[in-house]
Amino acid sequence: MTMLGDRQQLAYIASQAADARVNVELETEGMTLNIGPQHPATHGTLRIIARLDGEQVLWAEPSCGYMHRGYEKLTEVRTFPQVTALINRIDWLGSFANEVPFILAAEQLMGIEAPPRAQWIRTILFELSRIANVSLFLGDLGVQLGAITPVFFAFRDREYVLNLIEGATGGRFHPNFDRIGGLKDDLPAGWIDETRAVMRKMRKFCDEIEGLLFGNEIFEARTRGIGVIPRDVALQYGLSGANLRGSGVDWDLRRDQKLPMAWDKIDWKVWTHPDGDSYARCWIRLQEVRESTFIVEKLLDSLPSGPVMAKVPRIIKVPEGEAWVATENPLGEMGYYVVSKGELGPFRVKIRSASFNNISIVPWLLKGVYVPDIITILASLYFILGDIDR
Amino acid sequence: MLGLIASIPYWAQSLLRVLGGIVAVLLPAGTIVYVFLFKMMSFMQSRLGPMEAGPFGSLQLFAEVGKWLQKEDLYPERADRFIFKIAPLIVLSSTFLLVAVVPFGPDAWFTNFEAGVFYALAVSSVSVLGILIAGWASANKYSLLGGLRAAGQLIAYELPMVLAVIGVVIQAGTMNLQQIVVAQNAGSIFGWDGLGNPYILTQFVGFVIFMIAVQAELTQTPFDMPIAESELVSGYMTEYSGFRFLIFFIGEFATAGVFALIASILFLGGWGVPFAWFGWTSIDSIDNWMNVVGPLIMFTKMMLLVFIIMWVRFSYPRFREDQLQRFAWKVLIPLSLVNIMATSVLKVAF
Repeated sequence: MTMLGDRQQLAYIASQAADARVNVELETEGMTLNIGPQHPATHGTLRIIARLDGEQVLWAEPSCGYMHRGYEKLTEVRTFPQVTALINRIDWLGSFANEVPFILAAEQLMGIEAPPRAQWIRTILFELSRIANVSLFLGDLGVQLGAITPVFFAFRDREYVLNLIEGATGGRFHPNFDRIGGLKDDLPAGWIDETRAVMRKMRKFCDEIEGLLFGNEIFEARTRGIGVIPRDVALQYGLSGANLRGSGVDWDLRRDQKLPMAWDKIDWKVWTHPDGDSYARCWIRLQEVRESTFIVEKLLDSLPSGPVMAKVPRIIKVPEGEAWVATENPLGEMGYYVVSKGELGPFRVKIRSASFNNISIVPWLLKGVYVPDIITILASLYFILGDIDR
Repeated sequence: MLGLIASIPYWAQSLLRVLGGIVAVLLPAGTIVYVFLFKMMSFMQSRLGPMEAGPFGSLQLFAEVGKWLQKEDLYPERADRFIFKIAPLIVLSSTFLLVAVVPFGPDAWFTNFEAGVFYALAVSSVSVLGILIAGWASANKYSLLGGLRAAGQLIAYELPMVLAVIGVVIQAGTMNLQQIVVAQNAGSIFGWDGLGNPYILTQFVGFVIFMIAVQAELTQTPFDMPIAESELVSGYMTEYSGFRFLIFFIGEFATAGVFALIASILFLGGWGVPFAWFGWTSIDSIDNWMNVVGPLIMFTKMMLLVFIIMWVRFSYPRFREDQLQRFAWKVLIPLSLVNIMATSVLKVAF
């Protein structure tokens, strides 16, 4: 018995020694890979420093600030109406949505509220910019995963939405249309019918993307189970938007807070997905584009008549005070903390942009994944560089 | 025809064959680039593609080649220059070696030797060497990753390709590509010889495996991790520009064409038409005009197969490296082994 035990022990030690020798021989040197600042997967100039062992990521860290434009500081030397021209450029794909929370904060400080028609049109344009933004994401998702065709469909169909935004506001990308107390103009003639037609087109686009990507086995193999964010981790990292809802948290600022906007006047659904992986996040965005088209149609049905501008003084001076307003932007929660000292411009504006918080999870999420999954995960987190660096 | 060629001096024969080889590589490559890369991709993506150079942009390729030739011959400072420079040539040379065994007609061939299939599969993997050293010599981390991925992938997919071809070889009873064409066109399906016996019918599994392996061998989507523009920024080609990139580019599409030619020989009956149509019995009784019509038939079949390759390329996302390896070793190779076994059993039975 002891003999056998000894022999077994010896064999065990020998095998351990052999393993150790093999491990020493195969020991590899890590490699630091700079993904970016100039890289097709970073949507701009984000830099990801990744330490690789073969193709596996040991640790990764995003390094941002390559596109910092100093908007928080610049707002201090602008008057309140001028600020919207700046903050348009934060998330440049869904520009109108950036203006709304700032204007709402200023209105809150001044104690005025936009007339109902203005609220409705604001909400419609907000949702249109969400559709324009996220539909491009859906196309770009394909490019990140190697399918080059969907992005052209996205560019083609997003153009219809941009035409609508241009028709209503005059600006294709940067509308600068929101005013304290309402909107610059009413909707042009024929716009409503055209919008209905475009919404039907966008639903068709969603079906197309669903067939091209979401129904594809390779797409599922590349995204399912990749970059899983559990519910509590998502909450701890302060994620918002589809990244949070993809982890099963039923949280949407459009529904969960009381704002002078039209979302609470109609019925719509907040989509969540329990999985928390890349597929879930992308799927949520697809559903949200579809839901947004329904929101726009329902709002058009119930569009009230009346003026689009409240009575505001000719020279806008915002009374002293502080206000925080956040909305559910295409990328997630976007908020402005506005401090006014009773002058023409804000004293200080703190911009809480969604992408900056969303990419904070990147080091946690990229640990141990393979290089191709970095791209999947970054694509599914969906950030826009302007929104990170401001 | 053969007599005509034999009557001219040997050096002239060789020159003719080299020129023929260049035409056989470059003409399909140019056609594929224009028809599929420029036009079909554009139509799939609801755009027009090049329209300015020549009628419907048909001269765009010449403009592109001119642009590439004018560019400076750049190489990275820390690159291994000699290896960096010859890598694209190695990749392209594999294409030329490959086309050497392709028969285009009863007498229109460059070389006609018994182990044609074996030779074709052997030289097709020369390009791996070029890709690997291109990735290594570039002194670029992305290129290195791309080169390593390419090496792993191309070696993994060599095997299912060979195994898929074995089914054809068993059924034809020869490794000579010319004989395989004859066997298909002279054959019959249960006594009916109106269609010959193209092996795509009996070897359909082998055909599918072969085309998948070709897709991987060409590093086309969904197997394009070695290039992977959105993650590795074109992988082993990252540092190449100007005419060295042009050579890689030609190599990519010329190899697509040549692989399609080989697939059409192995599975679609190659240059031939069913012999029963004209009452031919063997290769010697074929009329001489087949030497002119044969290449055209080959070209048509090649375009058909390249269309499938490109169609998949433009519509699918790409696999991950480990998924691709798993697919090769766990699905394709067992499937092709089963195919070989079934073919052998049926061959003995019938």
